Amino acid sequence: MILADEFQPGTFVQALHFIAGNGGFLAGKALEQLELSGASLGVALALSLPLGVALGHLHRGSAFAIGASIVGRALPSLVLIGVFLTVLGIGFLNNMVALAVLGIGPILTNAYVAIDEVDRDLVEAARAMGMSDRQVLTRIELPLGAPLLLTGVRIAAVTVVATATIAAVDGGGGLGDVIVNQASYRLPGVLGASLCVMALSIGVWLVLLALQRLTTPRGLRAATLPGSSDNGKERL
Amino acid sequence: MTSAGPVIPNFGGASSCVLRNGLFCTGWVRQHWSDTLAPALLQHLELTLVAVGIGFAIAFAGGLAAHRYRRAEQPLSVLSALLYTIPSLALFQLLVPFTGITLTTIEIALVSYTLVILFPTIVVGLRSAPPEVLEAARGMGLTPRQVLVRIELPLALPTIVGGLRIAVVSTISTATIAAFLMPEGLGHPIIFALSEPHPFKTEIYAAGALAIGLALVCDATLVAARRLLAPWARRSA
Repeated sequence: MILADEFQPGTFVQALHFIAGNGGFLAGKALEQLELSGASLGVALALSLPLGVALGHLHRGSAFAIGASIVGRALPSLVLIGVFLTVLGIGFLNNMVALAVLGIGPILTNAYVAIDEVDRDLVEAARAMGMSDRQVLTRIELPLGAPLLLTGVRIAAVTVVATATIAAVDGGGGLGDVIVNQASYRLPGVLGASLCVMALSIGVWLVLLALQRLTTPRGLRAATLPGSSDNGKERL
Repeated sequence: MTSAGPVIPNFGGASSCVLRNGLFCTGWVRQHWSDTLAPALLQHLELTLVAVGIGFAIAFAGGLAAHRYRRAEQPLSVLSALLYTIPSLALFQLLVPFTGITLTTIEIALVSYTLVILFPTIVVGLRSAPPEVLEAARGMGLTPRQVLVRIELPLALPTIVGGLRIAVVSTISTATIAAFLMPEGLGHPIIFALSEPHPFKTEIYAAGALAIGLALVCDATLVAARRLLAPWARRSA
């Protein structure tokens, strides 16, 4: 719990001092958080990306692929972490599974929509040129769907990194450790760690956005530079 | 004291199921429905409705403004995208110095997240009227105000309700995190159970199921409302 009475006008300055004075410690915690997030995102990607692409390629299972993100959204992260804790015990594994579940929705839905909505005329033209099914997928559908597909990955990544903060309640480590432990770190420490968490997830968002721009085919760049309309693109 | 069994301070009359921390103790749920679960559920619903209500009012006003003055849109959407990346737990904490440990702090954070979702959907919705429809309306002599009220708003309705669905469901999810700040909502029983050396399963499952159930019920309500208000739209855009 937080002790608001601890707050004085200089608390934010103290928070910055806390960050400056504990740079190594906070960097270690941030790394811990990235490790957990990376593992979760990897699992989520492995489970949902091939499935979403395959369903999109076959134009099948739209209810399932789109429903995944609706259901995923209805699952509060705290509930997931709590439930997996009772099943898998305290530690890395339960947090990783809980966070992976959170990441599946946006990746699956966006991968499906990205591939499914590639212009059918282009696909047909490619087939008429004698491209095999595999070539249609790798040369037409994936490059053209890449921006939207990567938007899904970016949403999932930011969600996972942000939520990994909460994993601290059951041994997930990371910067959340500091935030939920005001008794040891006092308010400046908590605020400092909160600022770091903010910087961390904004950083992840920006890095992935840059990556997305780099991998967008040149012909699509002018038309779809995905910035902020991610929410609209996720489809309901 | 017994070291093997779970220590559950609020278990009241301990049944054997509670003592061995069974998978799901219906007796405990019945016993603590009225003193723990029902109040938490109501608080949760209240947190959500207030946040989405205020968020919708702000987003609607902002959406109308952005619809009229297009220049405002770009900075607002960049701002909202950045806001979305801020972890809820951090946002709650960072507001504490300004508004203290109060419901206001919780609501400010929750409202901010609803804005991120509602503002873009309202703008997109208002813009979704086909140009030929707008031209026809103007040709029939409708004033800009009438065009907005009679054409653009009704056509935007399905999209706006779609945004509301996302906002409500994700606010219900985020509101569980508010319990880190104050003992409010369905997150509280979960955090309480998690803080025990042997987390009490029934409490986590019951509160978790209520949170998910609440989200699904609210979502279904909005879908029904959209069918009623906009029967012409089969699916949200």
